[in-house]
Amino acid sequence: MHYHWNWKIFWDMTPEGTGTYLHTLLVGLVWTIATALAAWVIALALGSILGVIRTVPRRWSAIGTIYVGVFRNIPLLVQMFLWYFVIPELLPTGIGNAIKHMPPPWASFVPAVLCLGFFTAARVCEQVRAGIQALPSGQRMAGTALGLTLPQTYRFVLLPTVFRIILPPLTSEFLNIIKNSSVALTIGVVELTAAARAMQEFSFQVFEAFTAATLIYIVVNICVVFGMRWVERHVAVPGFIGPSVQAGAH
Amino acid sequence: MLGHFDYHEIWVNLPYLMKVGMTFTLTLTALVVVAGIFFGTLLAMMRLSSIKLLSLVATGYINLMRSVPLVLVIFWFYFLVPYIGAWITGASQPVKVGAFLSSVITFTMFEAAYYAEIMRAGIQSIPRGQVWAGYALGLNYWQTMGKIVLPQAFRNMVPILLTQTIVMFQDTSLVYVLSITDFLGAASKVAERDGRLVEMYLFVAVVYFIMCLAGTYIVRRLQHRFAIAR
Repeated sequence: MHYHWNWKIFWDMTPEGTGTYLHTLLVGLVWTIATALAAWVIALALGSILGVIRTVPRRWSAIGTIYVGVFRNIPLLVQMFLWYFVIPELLPTGIGNAIKHMPPPWASFVPAVLCLGFFTAARVCEQVRAGIQALPSGQRMAGTALGLTLPQTYRFVLLPTVFRIILPPLTSEFLNIIKNSSVALTIGVVELTAAARAMQEFSFQVFEAFTAATLIYIVVNICVVFGMRWVERHVAVPGFIGPSVQAGAH
Repeated sequence: MLGHFDYHEIWVNLPYLMKVGMTFTLTLTALVVVAGIFFGTLLAMMRLSSIKLLSLVATGYINLMRSVPLVLVIFWFYFLVPYIGAWITGASQPVKVGAFLSSVITFTMFEAAYYAEIMRAGIQSIPRGQVWAGYALGLNYWQTMGKIVLPQAFRNMVPILLTQTIVMFQDTSLVYVLSITDFLGAASKVAERDGRLVEMYLFVAVVYFIMCLAGTYIVRRLQHRFAIAR
């Protein structure tokens, strides 16, 4: 049982001649972050809207319930295939072909971002809903009693507090979106995991490639966690709501 | 467009999809639930152990598994398991491990970390006085755990364990990256052979959706059944 370790492999050139293996991995990292961030914008915007809809009295809340039901009960990989293979076929032919013929990185990047965004929106929706429901109902009543309309009550009274409360769960959803972006390799996005896999196939240095990718993921995780802690402390209202109280302790 | 939707294609391939694909997916899920909860409970006990080294190792392992993507873990174990096999059996060449066994090991190792966190919460939900009562009665650590703490912890956590299992059932579709013929893999092979991507992938989505929805419903029913009147 011999495995030939070669940690210097990262400074070797790839057969494609575009740069070193380390460079390949870093380019992969950039795509991972780009996919995750772009999807996060969709997830946060759509998730917040849906989360609000789920708590609005009457009628509309069913939309949110159905959305969450659908997007949580289909595996992410299947959703990825639906966005990449099926949706372009179901759209009118002209639009479908336009999507399929986008230049290389975008033809898989765009569906991947949409897929991750809509998938994560369902999870963000649940967090927002839980956050709103965790607030004392007196806040909503006080808002409307002051003469604010329902949208104004959400905008000025409820949501500013809700987003502070749900920062920790949103952090873990953001970590999830970074990890889930690796599923995009199945439709051809060369993100970090795919880059590690490519490096393994070209160099045969399996464990060096995967160790490097693992370390990079861990570093990214740590950066996000510390970044979000900073945000939490930064937006904390003194003497108000839980998560920021122990701010000084870190 | 949906006008060309070919139901016949699904009907013809249904036996293959179910017999080969779904059997793989369900067998994998079933084995991983059992093994994953077993190792997860051990990991949780290690993490809560008063022996610093044990808790450090368990914490490190759980955090490591939770911070890397499942796809990367699948690749890791796919290449690592043959070397581990060689190390255990003392062989000089990496041992050939089948796709199925490799998937079972991978998902067990990965899911154990997630089950461990659930079981840890379950164990911590048991009042400490019960442990002391156990020791006071002359039971040792394993007896206290096995007869007093774990049965209650397990019972409290059944709904969350099952919810995690539904997530894991969905995640098993990721074995696709190793070209294994699970339910999605089978559908994707048919889809590419016949050029029927729309039919196959929509069908797969609907089947997963119905199964997971049914699972969620059962979990909700069990939640009422298992709730302990306090």
